[in-house]
Amino acid sequence: MEEQTTPSLEHFSLQKEQIQQALGRVKTRDIDYADIYFESNVSESVSMEEGIVKRASKHIEQGAGVRATAGEKTGFAYSDDLSQKDLEIAADTARYIANSPKGETPIAVTHRDGPTQDLYPLEQPVSEIATTERVELLNLIDAEARRYDPRIAKVMASFTTEQKVVMVANSEGQLVGDIQPLSRLQVTCIAEDGSNHQVGSYGGGGRVGFSYYHEGERAQKFAREAARQAILNLQAVDVPAGVMPVVLGSGWPGILLHEAIGHGLEADFNRRKTSAFSDLIGQRVASEGCTIVDDGTLPFRRGSLNMDDEGTATSRTVLIEKGILRGYITDRLNAKLLGIPLTGNGRREDFRSIVLPRMTNTFMLAGEAEPEDIIRSVKNGLYAVSFGGGQVDITNGKFVFSASEAYLIEDGKVTKPVKGATLIGSGPDILKHVSMVGHDLQLDEGVGTCGKEGQSVPVGVGLPTLRIDEITVGGTSVGP
Amino acid sequence: MTTSLVTEHEHFASLASEMLDRAKSLGATEADVLVAEGDSVSVQVRLSAVDRLEKAREKSLGLRVFFGKRSASASTSDFSKESLSRLVADTCSLAKAVAEDEVSGLPEANLMAQDFPDLGLYDPTTLTVDQEIELARRAEDAAMTADPRMTNSEGADCSVSQGTVLLANHHGFVGCHQSSTFSLSVSPIAGDSQSGGMQRDSWYSVKRKYHLLDSPEAIGKEAARRTLRRLGARKVTTQQVPVVFDQEMAKSLLGHLATAVSGYSIYKGASFLSEFLGKRMAPEFVTVYDDGRLTDGLGSRPFDGEGLATQKTVVMESGTLTSFLLDTYSGRKLGMKSTGNAARGVGDSPSVSTTNLHLAPGTASPADIIGSVKQGLYVTELIGFGVNMLTGDYSRGAAGFWIENGELAYPVEEITIAGNLKQMFADIEVIGNDLEFRGRTASPTLKIKELIVAGN
Repeated sequence: MEEQTTPSLEHFSLQKEQIQQALGRVKTRDIDYADIYFESNVSESVSMEEGIVKRASKHIEQGAGVRATAGEKTGFAYSDDLSQKDLEIAADTARYIANSPKGETPIAVTHRDGPTQDLYPLEQPVSEIATTERVELLNLIDAEARRYDPRIAKVMASFTTEQKVVMVANSEGQLVGDIQPLSRLQVTCIAEDGSNHQVGSYGGGGRVGFSYYHEGERAQKFAREAARQAILNLQAVDVPAGVMPVVLGSGWPGILLHEAIGHGLEADFNRRKTSAFSDLIGQRVASEGCTIVDDGTLPFRRGSLNMDDEGTATSRTVLIEKGILRGYITDRLNAKLLGIPLTGNGRREDFRSIVLPRMTNTFMLAGEAEPEDIIRSVKNGLYAVSFGGGQVDITNGKFVFSASEAYLIEDGKVTKPVKGATLIGSGPDILKHVSMVGHDLQLDEGVGTCGKEGQSVPVGVGLPTLRIDEITVGGTSVGP
Repeated sequence: MTTSLVTEHEHFASLASEMLDRAKSLGATEADVLVAEGDSVSVQVRLSAVDRLEKAREKSLGLRVFFGKRSASASTSDFSKESLSRLVADTCSLAKAVAEDEVSGLPEANLMAQDFPDLGLYDPTTLTVDQEIELARRAEDAAMTADPRMTNSEGADCSVSQGTVLLANHHGFVGCHQSSTFSLSVSPIAGDSQSGGMQRDSWYSVKRKYHLLDSPEAIGKEAARRTLRRLGARKVTTQQVPVVFDQEMAKSLLGHLATAVSGYSIYKGASFLSEFLGKRMAPEFVTVYDDGRLTDGLGSRPFDGEGLATQKTVVMESGTLTSFLLDTYSGRKLGMKSTGNAARGVGDSPSVSTTNLHLAPGTASPADIIGSVKQGLYVTELIGFGVNMLTGDYSRGAAGFWIENGELAYPVEEITIAGNLKQMFADIEVIGNDLEFRGRTASPTLKIKELIVAGN
């Protein structure tokens, strides 16, 4: 167990002296802070279609990124070669932003035994599971989906895993690392009924062991869910376009918070005052019933981390408390420049990318309403329970997200399924229209990937059933 | 081409041939190897100060092996002897763990690319970091000084990257090409005194050759113009109206078309165009090309990800869907020949991608097109992912301008446009004369008869 959760310098074939020298070279008196991020990542993927597992691939990556900051400036260089010479070249590039001569005094670093949290202790990392066992997992899926309904015509599934080892050494003398397992099982089904073809998708995962996918026949459950959605969509009707009340189901619809609120509260946009949320701390941005947190400390979750990519322990940050904007999520650079707390949200896709403040698991705390009562309270509207993707324009606050499973609510009852409805709203306004919050908070299954400045990182979202009194629904039919 | 580059290519070629030999000795019946290396320098300037400086150098090697009809692929960035020999062994054992796939395999030997024309993809010009900073600064300055309402900025980015790709396989094919990319972009912000709100937009130029890049001043001014015109945007009521897509947004429709005609979408039954080959799907003035050999093209390459010659494919001719976009695998699944559209992530099996995809221009000017609309929407931004490739159902967030009596009347936002892609292609009414390559996909302005706009 020890070796699995705390990486050592040997993993990267590195000597402590090399790191100390490189840090000393970059951290001159004009540089406020410097760090070196070492990463190795082994990712593997197997995929199934037409009833057979026909593809398998494996990627091995290793490299280091050297960063220096001076005021608002960041210098960054990376290399996939970990030699002393390459580290020095990277250090010289990073330092260039301060225009100062190279430092000569090495900076002593002390190896902390490991991150202060142990959120994903695994008996055996998924990366050690034999390919044949992964192939067998996928082989369970096809038959299960087809058994659900004979109209299931195509079944596709993939299982991807990664084992990431990271170490961060910084000019404050810290040296700390983490081993980050991650896996995901994804199923897509196509249903055909005459010329009517529809798709359904489902999946999940996290920083979990391989047994997770077999527990309670989880893989088969994913297959049935994907099949159910595809079959359901065969009967979907056009959705009316216009403003209407919308009830969001619990769990994955939390993507609303991620797009509408979360991105706007990332500290970099607020330091630059380019976010629609800039300068709104202490002000009401949501109704009384809304308390929203970002929490990187939930065990085994896809969005969780023992430490962020700057070596800071992740934490639970209250973003909105009873409707009032409380805080931003931060990385070192932005926390320091804004003079606000460091929340452990400095993340990067890999050694090639710079650190940005990013979300972990973002969700709304449960309220008290019965989910059935929330639906019953709506005369005519939309009940959306699953979504594809979403996107936001940080500056004007406009966001969209697209439903993959939604129903009409007619006279307080859930009736017909509808085709892909897109919801569009304004981040700083939308949660002011929340009038009921259910007691049924759920987190998503572990499929979320967030993109920002071209970098993708795994995230989680969560939501209790929620009533939004009015939001614009982009539908395919005009009129009520 | 400098001597050191030649040396590097020879080194890659011998590395590749060593990997191929090793795979063969472990029992692989066929294999191919891709070696890629590149470096880049990029800077970001924000409010005239350097905000970010990035320098990168990387390399990776990808291997794909076949054991009869079974195959697997792998990649590594570690070129040490031990790492590479482990890679070959790992890939071979992965291949043995998967099922036989009837049509898998390298392309037929006689189909490999023979000629490697110079497509103008590489410009050896190097810029110093200070030169890049200067370009970014000039572009941002031009945007910020364009108008007193330009209040803030997400910055200006300048980036130069160069790379080399070498592909070799057991048929004895060895192909290598070099390319470069120069890019400059600005994202300024304008403040809205009426609502207290802000708007951001951006403009850019990206080229294979430095001398083809737009001037920083032109990029900055255009970014400011696009940002300022969004100030004061409002919603409109829900209604069905004609919709004009500007060049940038019309590109996204071609992107959806490309996904729908990709051989993989077709054989998987995941496309709304599965049954449309040879059928009329748009008016006769609609013709779409994918041209892999356009000089200076950002999507050009002399050979594709499997070593087949790239070509000019007519995807749609006079409104009729004439070709899918295929690589060897998806082509064999459909009983067709590859169109030389194999894309290849290092270490992945091939997939299909476009090269330089474009819609043939018409004769109307953009102003004429807008002028022909009495009441409608001119779309300049789309967000979200509300496109269902299987059904063609389309519903995306939009922003742009309301057209009244042939004039842009006021900016609009927080609306969606919805319809079905099949119907949208059939409903193209006019194509503009303003085709211009600003990336690997290009489209003139186009007008669609009617879509549902959802707002208030």
